[in-house]
Amino acid sequence: MQLLHLAILAPFLFACIVPFLWKWVKNVHTGWFVLVLPVLLFIYFISMLRMTMAGETIRSVAEWIPSLGINFTVYIDGLGLLFALLITGIGSLVTLYSIYYLSKDKEKLGPFYVYLLMFMGAMLGVVLVDNVIVLYMFWELTSLSSFLLIGYWYKREKSRYGAVKSLLITVGGGLCMLGGFILLYLITDSFSIREMVNQVHLITGHPFFIPAMILLLLGAFTKSAQFPFYIWLPDAMEAPTPVSAYLHSATMVKAGIYLIARFSPIFAFSPVWFWTVASVGLITMVWASFQAVRQTDLKSILAFSTVSQLGMIVSMLGVGAAALHYQHSEYFTAAVMAAVFHLINHATFKGSLFMAVGIIDHETGTRDIRRLGGLMAVMPITFTVSLIGTFSMAGLPPFNGFLSKEMFFTSMLRISHADIFHLDTWGVLFPVLAWVGSVFTFIYSMKLFFRTFRGTAKFDQLEKAPHEAPLGMLISPVILAACAVSLFFVPNILSYSLIEPAMNSIYPALLTGGDTFHVHISQWHGVTAEVLMTLGIIIVGTIGYVTLSKWERLYELFPKKLTLNRLYDSITGSMEKRSYQLTSSYMTGFLRDYLLYIFAAFIILIGSALALKGGFSFTTKEMAEIGPYEIVLSLVMVSATAATVFAKSRLTAIISLGVVGYTLALFFVIFRAPDLALTQLVIETISVALFLLCFYHLPKMQRKKKTRTFRMTNVVISLGVGLIVTLLGIASSSEKTKDSIASFFTAYSHKLGGGNNIVNVILVDFRGFDTMFEITVLTIAALGIYSMIRTKVKEEGEER
Amino acid sequence: MEILMSVIAGILFMAATYLLLSKSLLRVIIGTALLSHGVHLLLLTMGGLKKGAPPILGGKSTSFVDPLPQALILTAIVISFGVTSFLLVMAFRAYQELKSDDMDQMRGNDQHE
Repeated sequence: MQLLHLAILAPFLFACIVPFLWKWVKNVHTGWFVLVLPVLLFIYFISMLRMTMAGETIRSVAEWIPSLGINFTVYIDGLGLLFALLITGIGSLVTLYSIYYLSKDKEKLGPFYVYLLMFMGAMLGVVLVDNVIVLYMFWELTSLSSFLLIGYWYKREKSRYGAVKSLLITVGGGLCMLGGFILLYLITDSFSIREMVNQVHLITGHPFFIPAMILLLLGAFTKSAQFPFYIWLPDAMEAPTPVSAYLHSATMVKAGIYLIARFSPIFAFSPVWFWTVASVGLITMVWASFQAVRQTDLKSILAFSTVSQLGMIVSMLGVGAAALHYQHSEYFTAAVMAAVFHLINHATFKGSLFMAVGIIDHETGTRDIRRLGGLMAVMPITFTVSLIGTFSMAGLPPFNGFLSKEMFFTSMLRISHADIFHLDTWGVLFPVLAWVGSVFTFIYSMKLFFRTFRGTAKFDQLEKAPHEAPLGMLISPVILAACAVSLFFVPNILSYSLIEPAMNSIYPALLTGGDTFHVHISQWHGVTAEVLMTLGIIIVGTIGYVTLSKWERLYELFPKKLTLNRLYDSITGSMEKRSYQLTSSYMTGFLRDYLLYIFAAFIILIGSALALKGGFSFTTKEMAEIGPYEIVLSLVMVSATAATVFAKSRLTAIISLGVVGYTLALFFVIFRAPDLALTQLVIETISVALFLLCFYHLPKMQRKKKTRTFRMTNVVISLGVGLIVTLLGIASSSEKTKDSIASFFTAYSHKLGGGNNIVNVILVDFRGFDTMFEITVLTIAALGIYSMIRTKVKEEGEER
Repeated sequence: MEILMSVIAGILFMAATYLLLSKSLLRVIIGTALLSHGVHLLLLTMGGLKKGAPPILGGKSTSFVDPLPQALILTAIVISFGVTSFLLVMAFRAYQELKSDDMDQMRGNDQHE
C-alpha cells in the first residue's frame, strides 16, 4: 500500500466523513470540504507528469487476493495519467460549480457528495488499475454511483426511469466485459493487463480471441453510449446538471473509450477490431448528431451531442488500428493522436456547455429551447462561455474543436486511401460519413446557441426574471472555456505532456527501443482538403440551419414504433409480463400438478439414464425359485392393491390397504424375516385403526361415495412410475457387482454383540444410531400429533 | 423370484402414484402407505431372496438370509408409521378447520400469502 493506492482510495475514505460534516457543520456548504480533495489529487497527478513525459511508468502492487492472482495493482502510464488528470481536474471544477448550483437548505447535500466522491474514486480506479478484476470492480462502482446520481431527485418518476435504464444497460455491458476479461485470463493465465499485452501473440492466435474482443467491446460501447446502446444517456439528463457535466460528458462515458484505448495493443491487429470500432463510432456520430438537431431540451441536445462526439473519438481510435499494418505508421497514428486530443477538447467545451446550460436553467427556470431566446443581453458571461463552447463543438476557429475536427478529417481522408481490410472498396465512406455528421453537428450547435441567446426575448413567459448567475457559479465554466480557447493557440503544451505519453501506451508495438511518438499540432496547413471540408460544413450547415423549419418535418416521417427507446421499453415491459405469464402457467397452486412434474421428471430422467447406460440387464441366474405360496400371496396382494385403487367407497379402500399390509407381513414370513413380520402386523393394525378413526370424523357432505374422475394422464404417469421401478428392481438384482457384507454380521453377531438374533444385534449394536434417531422420529411424531390436536387455529374476522 | 417381487413392487408403486395424484386427501395418505409398502418390498428384494435360514444364530443352519436389509426395513417401517400417523392426524385437523378434504380446494394462492 503506497501513496498511489491511497490516492485512489482517498475519495472513498473521504466519502465516509461527508455525512458527518453535512450533519454537524450546518452553516458551511458541504461542497467546500469536498472541493479540497480533487484539487489535492489534481496537484498530485500533475506532479507525475514529468515522469510519464520521460517515458517512465510506475507499477505498484498491493496484495488483495494473491491466491487468485487478484491484486490491487496500480499502473501509471501516459494514458492512465491523462484520464486521472481529466477526472480530478474536471472533478474540482464540477465540485466548485455544484456548491453554487445546489442549495444548502433545500437539497440533501450529504448523499450527493458521497455519491460524487464514490464515483470519483471508482473512476480513478478504472483508469489507474492494472488488474482486470479490480478494474471491473471499479467499473461497476461507476455504474452504481452513476445510478445513484441520476436518481438523486428520487421523487421524480423520470429520474427513476432514467436511473434504472442506465443501470440495466451499463451493468449488462459490464457483465459482458467481465466475460471478456475471463476469456483473456483463460488464454494468458493472468489478470494483469501488462501481462496480457506481453502475451499478445498468444492471444491473437487463440480461438477465444474474437469472443473476448466482442465481449470487451460490448462493455465499452454500452458505457460510452455507442450505437445502439446510447439510449440511456439522454434519459440520464434527469440528473442534477453538475452530474451531467461530470459523469455524462467528461468522465464516465469516456471509460469505454479508455477501455478501447487500453486494449488496443492486444486487439488492434485484427480487422474485426478495425471494422467494428471504426464503423460503430462513425454510425453513432452521424446518427446522434442527426438526432440532436430535433431536440428541444437544451440538455437533450447536449446529450445527443455527447453521444455523437464520443462516436467520433471511438471511430478515430478504430481507424488508428491501421497504423499497425504499415511501415510508415506515423501516417495513420495521426488518428490516435486526434482521438486523444479531441478527448481532452471535448471534456473542456462540453463541460463548460453543460455548466452554462445549468446556469440558464437555474436563472430562467426552463431548459426548453422554444421558451428561451434573447438572453445575450442579460447574461453576457454565460453567453460568452456558450459561444466558445458551441463554436468549438461545431469545429470553428479559433477554438480547440477546430483543431481536432481538422485532425479527424485528416485521419478519415488517410484511411480512405488505405488498401487493407477491403478499404479500397469501402474506404471512401469514411470521410463522407464524417463530413455529413459534422454538418449536423454544426446545425445543432448553431441551434443551441442562437435559439437561446438571440431572437426575441420571451421573458414574460419565464418563471423567473433572468439575470446573470452569481460569480461563483461562473468560475468553472469560464475556466473551461478559457482552456478551450487557449488550447487553440498553444495546443502543443498538450502534445508533449499528455498526448505523446498517452500514444506511447496505446501503441507500444510501434515503438522500437526508447523511441517515442512525436506530435506537433499546428493551426494552419495551407489550403488542404480538410480546410475545404470545413468550409463546406460552414456553408451547408448555415443553409441547413436557416432552412431548419422547412425540413424539420422530415423527422416526423420516422415511424415512432421503430425507435430504440420503444424497443427498450417493450423488451423490459414484455419480459416482465412474459415471465409472469410463464410462472403462473405452471405454478398453479394445485398439489396434483406439482406431483405430476415430479413424477414425470422421475420417469424421464431415470428412464433415459437406464436406457443410455444399458441398465436393463435381465438375467435369471442366482435367483431364487418361485414356490406355490409366493404365487398365491402375490395374487392376493395384487388384487388387494387393485381393490384399493378401484374401491368406490373409502371404507373398502382402507380395508384393502389393510389386506396389502398383512400380505406383506406374510411375505416377510416366507422370506424368513420374523422380526419384520411381527412389526408389520402390529403396525398395520394400528394404521388401519387410525385410518378408520379419520374416516369416522369425515364431515357429512364429503361422505357420499363417488368415483374419482378418471384421468388419462394419471394413468400414464403411474404406469410409467411402476414400470421404471420394476425395471430398476430387476436390473439391480440381476447384476450383483459385490458380495453383501452380511457374512460379517453373521460371523460376529454373537462374538462381538453377544446376541443370536442378528437383526436385533444390528439394530441396537452394530447400527444403534439408526435406532436412536428412529426413536426420535417417533417421539417427534407423537409430540406433533399431540400439539396438533390440542392447538386450535383461531381464524381472524368472520367464521367460515 | 426376484423378478416377480420386482413386478409386485412396481404394481404397488403404480397404485400409490395413482392415488397420490387424486383429489381426496385421504386417498393421498393411502397412496403414501402403499408407497412405503412397495419400498419395503423392493428393499428386501434387492437384498437378494436367496434361500437360507432366518437370521437367528443357535440353530443348525450355517447359511442365513441377509440380515442387513431386514434391519433397514425395520427402521423404515417404524419411521413411515410415524410419518403416516402424523399425516393422518394432520388430515383430520384439516377436515376440522377447512370442512373439506378436497386437495383442489386447499390450493394456496397469492391472496393468502
